[in-house]
Amino acid sequence: MIPGSFDYHAPATLDEAIKLLGELGEDAKILAGGHSLIPMMKLRLAEPTNLIDINGLTDLNYIKEENGYLCIGAMTREVELEKSDLVAEKYPILKDTSEVIADPLVRNMATVGGNIAHGDPANDHPATMVALGAEVVINGPGGILGGRERTIVIDDFFKGPLMTALEQNEILTELRIPINGGKSGAAYKKLERKVGDYAIAGAAAALQFDGDNCSSTGIALTNVGPTPIRAIEAQNALIGTSVSSDDIDKAAGLAAAASQPVGDHRGSEEYKRAVVKTMTARAIQTAKDRAEGGS
Amino acid sequence: MATQSITININGDAKSAEVEDRLLLVHFIRDNHGLTGTHIGCDTTHCGACTVLLDGTAVKSCTVFAVQANGREVTTIEGMEGEALHPLQEGFMEEHGLQCGFCTPGMIMSSKHLLDNNPDPTEEEIRWGISGNLCRCTGYQNIVKAVQYASNKLQETSEE
Repeated sequence: MIPGSFDYHAPATLDEAIKLLGELGEDAKILAGGHSLIPMMKLRLAEPTNLIDINGLTDLNYIKEENGYLCIGAMTREVELEKSDLVAEKYPILKDTSEVIADPLVRNMATVGGNIAHGDPANDHPATMVALGAEVVINGPGGILGGRERTIVIDDFFKGPLMTALEQNEILTELRIPINGGKSGAAYKKLERKVGDYAIAGAAAALQFDGDNCSSTGIALTNVGPTPIRAIEAQNALIGTSVSSDDIDKAAGLAAAASQPVGDHRGSEEYKRAVVKTMTARAIQTAKDRAEGGS
Repeated sequence: MATQSITININGDAKSAEVEDRLLLVHFIRDNHGLTGTHIGCDTTHCGACTVLLDGTAVKSCTVFAVQANGREVTTIEGMEGEALHPLQEGFMEEHGLQCGFCTPGMIMSSKHLLDNNPDPTEEEIRWGISGNLCRCTGYQNIVKAVQYASNKLQETSEE
């Protein structure tokens, strides 16, 4: 399969990339890892007339703790999250997430920024980032009304299937995750039919404890709605509890009720709700175990 | 029709051509330069038959544009053999790691990436490492043995 014709651009700097986006207009697309975009182009589901390859922007490739945040550059490859000692030790939910994305060959190219910016509710990082309360750093041309960089909370980022808060002339440059001190833990669980497939359903859970009781939570779901879904009632149900197995069962049931699955070749609506419940329960349990020092 | 003049170092040889921007790396390798050991299987980023090393990293060459590889190094199955067969090639022969052979070049390139980064993988790590490559004949058992054979041989060689 041959993609439609396009003009290829390989800017050396972020400024240059943003300028090109502005000049080339609506039919220009950013090429990051390309492992969602290129297959879509080969199927002619996407036919951009200009591709702006940002693989040369190596300064967007980093994982670092800074000013109370874990900062992940948009061009960080999935394999780098999967192999990072810092991630494995302190942010295992990100390892949970990256290692179930597609397959190892895809993860050698695919980027964290792309997984978010693509806006696909079947992607895995969106739910994880929602559960973690991440912020999205976006760079654009700037202008008289403000600077070129803006930061929005992840909940305001996803607008619908493949639709995000990114303007046409903007580039997602960083994901920023607040570092929780004290007793906290997080986990991501995904059920997939086989390696490389999207989730039948997935769930991310992040828990913060004050003593024995849960003081704040983030629970979000993959591929059971037009965007990642924050399961607010499930979150609230855990606050103030010890996260006992009864508490987990109740929260998982509320997450299933909050999901909006559509029956397809991966299963019926009813089946997917059941999967949401199970994945959510497992994610909460693992998050709790991790908060208590287990893995 | 947008074109670019590019040079890609394939298996140690600088290969230049004027190519369309939309040309996929796998077509540059096969059609422009006749290296047909790299196979096109699914053409949809699933099967891994087209796997090559790009600057040492295993990638699906059906999902990379040739222009993205400009100035970089590509290794294909044809670049594996030196004075003798590479231990991975030998392993696939010795352990019957193939039947029809269609997936084999991709399997070997993924396994090369795996062993370069993890010379002594467990069986689980091998299965994980080749999980982006589909084989419809062997049930993977002998492929795993082939990679273990190569891992052992490469470690023996490096100890000598």
